[in-house]
Amino acid sequence: MQRRLKRVWHNIRGGVLPLTAIILLGLLWEGSVHFFSIPVYLLPAPSVIWVDFIGNVDLVYGHTMATVSTILGGFLLSIVISFPLAMMIASSAVIANTLYPLLVLTQSIPKVALAPILVVSMGAGEGPRVIVTFLVAFFPLVTSLATGLMAVPKDLVELSRSYKSTWWQQMWLIRLPWSVPFLFNGLKLSITFAVVGATVGEFVAADKGLGYQIMAATSFFNTPVAFGALVILSLLGIVLFQSVAILEKVLFPWSSPQE
Amino acid sequence: MIEIDKISKIFRSLDGDDVIALEDVSLKIELSEFVSIVGPSGCGKSTLLRLVAGLSEPTEGRVMIDGNEMKEPRQDIGMVFQAPTLLPWANILKNVLFPLKVLHRITTDSDDQARELLKLVGLEEFENKMPSELSGGMQQRAAICRALITEPKILLMDEPFGALDALTREEMGLELQRIWTERPTTIVFVTHSVPEAVLLSDKVCVMSARPGCVKEIIEIPLPRPRSYSQETEQKFQRLSHRIRGHIFENQKSGGRSDAA
Repeated sequence: MQRRLKRVWHNIRGGVLPLTAIILLGLLWEGSVHFFSIPVYLLPAPSVIWVDFIGNVDLVYGHTMATVSTILGGFLLSIVISFPLAMMIASSAVIANTLYPLLVLTQSIPKVALAPILVVSMGAGEGPRVIVTFLVAFFPLVTSLATGLMAVPKDLVELSRSYKSTWWQQMWLIRLPWSVPFLFNGLKLSITFAVVGATVGEFVAADKGLGYQIMAATSFFNTPVAFGALVILSLLGIVLFQSVAILEKVLFPWSSPQE
Repeated sequence: MIEIDKISKIFRSLDGDDVIALEDVSLKIELSEFVSIVGPSGCGKSTLLRLVAGLSEPTEGRVMIDGNEMKEPRQDIGMVFQAPTLLPWANILKNVLFPLKVLHRITTDSDDQARELLKLVGLEEFENKMPSELSGGMQQRAAICRALITEPKILLMDEPFGALDALTREEMGLELQRIWTERPTTIVFVTHSVPEAVLLSDKVCVMSARPGCVKEIIEIPLPRPRSYSQETEQKFQRLSHRIRGHIFENQKSGGRSDAA
């Protein structure tokens, strides 16, 4: 009996402990706000945020979908551009030496500063937001994928060369499959960064989206709405990250880390 | 027949110095002969093997196979490395078929051909297993099947049992002897192990390091099939002793600058 209890505890421990911590923290938050009579525009209590959220559920849904589409747009663009880039970097030292400084340069540009410039040149549509998201999200993907493509054991490449494999065969039959664990590592980072990128894009130029909602709400000191959007953004990050992780487990079971 | 004709190989190192990996190496290997290359690390054994495989070109001299000069990799050569280097995402059967896939030579018979090879090495039950589910010795057996699937005339083995534990290593040596007896091919076998070389080879080519050159080519006239119980025999010991003598003499003469 006791052993069975122990086993049940062992299985649920991973979920129960952090959940308990979150609930306790929420209670502490709720209690402090009431105890110290903190005004709602400074720090709203969780209960207030919740009530506000339920009251505006349709509106929030629309904003969330707008943000999701920006995130996915930037993420897909990252994937489409990262693959050829990484393959070029992995194929030749000359190309790698040429491209890497440029890639690092794109990372040193502050995206918040770039966004308004993009709005001027591209107009106020979805374009600048997707570009900003892409610029934030693609870098870890390119570097992870390029590392993976180059991590193939030398012997394996020699083996395929000894059968006169073409460049394309080496990529398709060896290098790309070999880099799958690296690829997913990059995708997980990339999707997480895409959430940040989309929010930054919406701060600067948007009339919808959770980033826009935060900007709009805070300018009217409507703090509970801003907090609600913040919570959803965090949840969005977790859900998207886990989706990528599940995709890896389903499609490439040999690649995911052993339990 | 493989004819290695006065080969030299010079590498340019990163600091601009020339490193002589091989100097004036000549070796003749007959059809279906088992030849081992033994020597200290840095004697250019693996370089020599890569030259025979056509993966790199000699600075001087040439490699002739059946009278044709080696210019690029040939389809009738199979390679086995120290690490099994199986594809982790493919099962054992698919791994064995990999060379045929690269060569676009997959036919309806290919699967049966691969199964026959797996049976030859005792892996017939494991065709659907993933490489990570097999032990090191079993993985190396699969790698040998992969090398044999193209029915190569020449098998190049670069310390194939070097990463295995001592017991598995002996077992695999005997296993290779049996496979070679059942399917005679020309084998060039690089090893660090003197007893392994004596046990398996028709001829042992002893090399020395810096620059890599041939010390002596020793015929092994022991009767086959051989086993490790012969190791105690005087003939076996005399041959081992002679090989060790060459390697030892080279070390004493101060040829190894990195020796502690």
